[in-house]
Amino acid sequence: MGLWLARRAVQAIITFVIALTLLFVLMRLAPGDPVQRLEGERPMSPQEIARLRQRFGVDQPIGRQYRLFLGGVARGDLGTSIEYNRPVTALLRERLPATILLGGTVILVNFTLGMWLGVRQAQRRGSAEDRLLTAVSLAGHAMPSFWLALILAWLVGVRLRWLPSAGLSDPLLGAAAPIAVRALDVAAHLVLPALTLILVTLAGTMRFQRGAMLEVLRLPYIVTARAKGVTEVLVTWRHAWRNAVFPMVTLLGLWLPLLVTGSVFVEAVFAWPGLGSLAAAAAGNRDYPLLMGVAILSGGLLVGSSLLADLAYAALDPRVRLS
Amino acid sequence: MSPFGAAIRAAARDTRGRAGLTFLSLLLLLALLAPAVLPDPAAQPDPLGASNLPPSLLHPFGTDPLSRDLLSRVVTGARVSLAVAFLAVALSITLGALVGVAAGYLGDTVDTALMRLVDGALAIPRLFLLLLVLAVWERVPVLMLVVFIGTTGWFGTSRLVRAEVLRIREESFIRAAEALGARRRRIIFRHLLPNAVGPLLVAATLGVGDVILVEAGLSFLGLGVQPPTPSWGGMILDAKSVLVTAPWNAIFPGLAILGTVLSANLVSDALRDAVDPGSA
Repeated sequence: MGLWLARRAVQAIITFVIALTLLFVLMRLAPGDPVQRLEGERPMSPQEIARLRQRFGVDQPIGRQYRLFLGGVARGDLGTSIEYNRPVTALLRERLPATILLGGTVILVNFTLGMWLGVRQAQRRGSAEDRLLTAVSLAGHAMPSFWLALILAWLVGVRLRWLPSAGLSDPLLGAAAPIAVRALDVAAHLVLPALTLILVTLAGTMRFQRGAMLEVLRLPYIVTARAKGVTEVLVTWRHAWRNAVFPMVTLLGLWLPLLVTGSVFVEAVFAWPGLGSLAAAAAGNRDYPLLMGVAILSGGLLVGSSLLADLAYAALDPRVRLS
Repeated sequence: MSPFGAAIRAAARDTRGRAGLTFLSLLLLLALLAPAVLPDPAAQPDPLGASNLPPSLLHPFGTDPLSRDLLSRVVTGARVSLAVAFLAVALSITLGALVGVAAGYLGDTVDTALMRLVDGALAIPRLFLLLLVLAVWERVPVLMLVVFIGTTGWFGTSRLVRAEVLRIREESFIRAAEALGARRRRIIFRHLLPNAVGPLLVAATLGVGDVILVEAGLSFLGLGVQPPTPSWGGMILDAKSVLVTAPWNAIFPGLAILGTVLSANLVSDALRDAVDPGSA
């Protein structure tokens, strides 16, 4: 187990370094260097250019630039945002709480609802309910999230005026308001962005759970359980689902980064002050150090959470450790 | 019959596949014939008087803020979105197939190196890769956009093809071909790739849906297809400012995306069931 763990961790680090290298190459493939690109935006004196070249490190040879870049990431230094002229890490930290709130809500609802519906579908395979759920979830999956977000903001937020459709809280509500009122206000702002994301992502979870459940339901021990007269509810949840939940751990590992990097489109439409809208704005402003920071963060998270998922899998299922 | 034709037939036997294929063919036909059938979206006799008209018999989808017929715009947008999707998917499927075969058939160091690269590339979400590239390169023409989208979409496909090649490689017909002295190139193109067509087609149809969503998203952020070329995502971006007074500007391009992506996914599902009946 210890050796397996160590090997898996080394693998994860290698993958992350390769991802960083790809990002570095991607930046250097573009025509011109960062300072030349800035120069296009406004005229600069030669001294200013020289100072900026030094500050971005582009006056160094490429090999040294690469080492400086890797060293920076290792120390948690992701450079300076062009637009805000502040350290990228500070900006990321500021936007993190809002995204965790949105992403956490989405993952929680998505997995509870998705697993429950997926199990129901597998139980009633081929029935009208199974087909209807599949159709609805496929439609959700095919929807552009920014479009659904706009339509919901227009319909529920503007036409019906049921829920707020911009920001994280009501700016007119001062800090003096009671905590319960403020919490309710944030919850109301959370509904539409969370709903949009759940609708477009639910299909994946349902399908995965339905497939995993069907695999298990055809195994002989299920037939034995039924023959013994175990009730269908117990067969489904205690016998079958316990074995059909392992693949969901892997899926959760793939989903966890959403918790932090968020959804670029949905956050942008609802002006949700998280990392997703930060990335959208950075792309619009061509603020690539900031974009790079978000990309590195999400890469690190994806590698880290798939490592975590593997560990959880091994802890839950002894077969993994032995093979 | 070619494996390609056989797969299309198999998909058309399935209700979902038939529905998807019908929608896509109609859309393609409309997109190709559009200039002959529909009014020119740019030519309007009364540019101010006809702006933001709600849907009517004359303008089934209504008109946009610049008095252009929205139906014509949506159909013209289909030309762009479909062309970008098909070209980008063709590129990524080709790259994925080549890398997958190289990794699976050549094995050893080549395999390790290529698959490590793919692992690393898959760690960064595709959207962030594209946003980064588009932010660094300014003013990207449509063809360049196709190249960017295509080159960021092959990682998963290469893993799929590699797995397929590893499975086929040990089969006796490959051994027989090798024993007969067939060259590597012949084995790859004559024996390995044709047998991987099934999974490749599933990946390609799924890829079409993905690329349409990715392109629409980038255009919605103003980084994809640039105006005045109409694209569905760009049209929704333009519609944002008039959403309250003229919502049809956003509704119809979005429905077009939804219909197209759903159709591509349905065809992909039908194909997958035909290729791998166990997963239904």
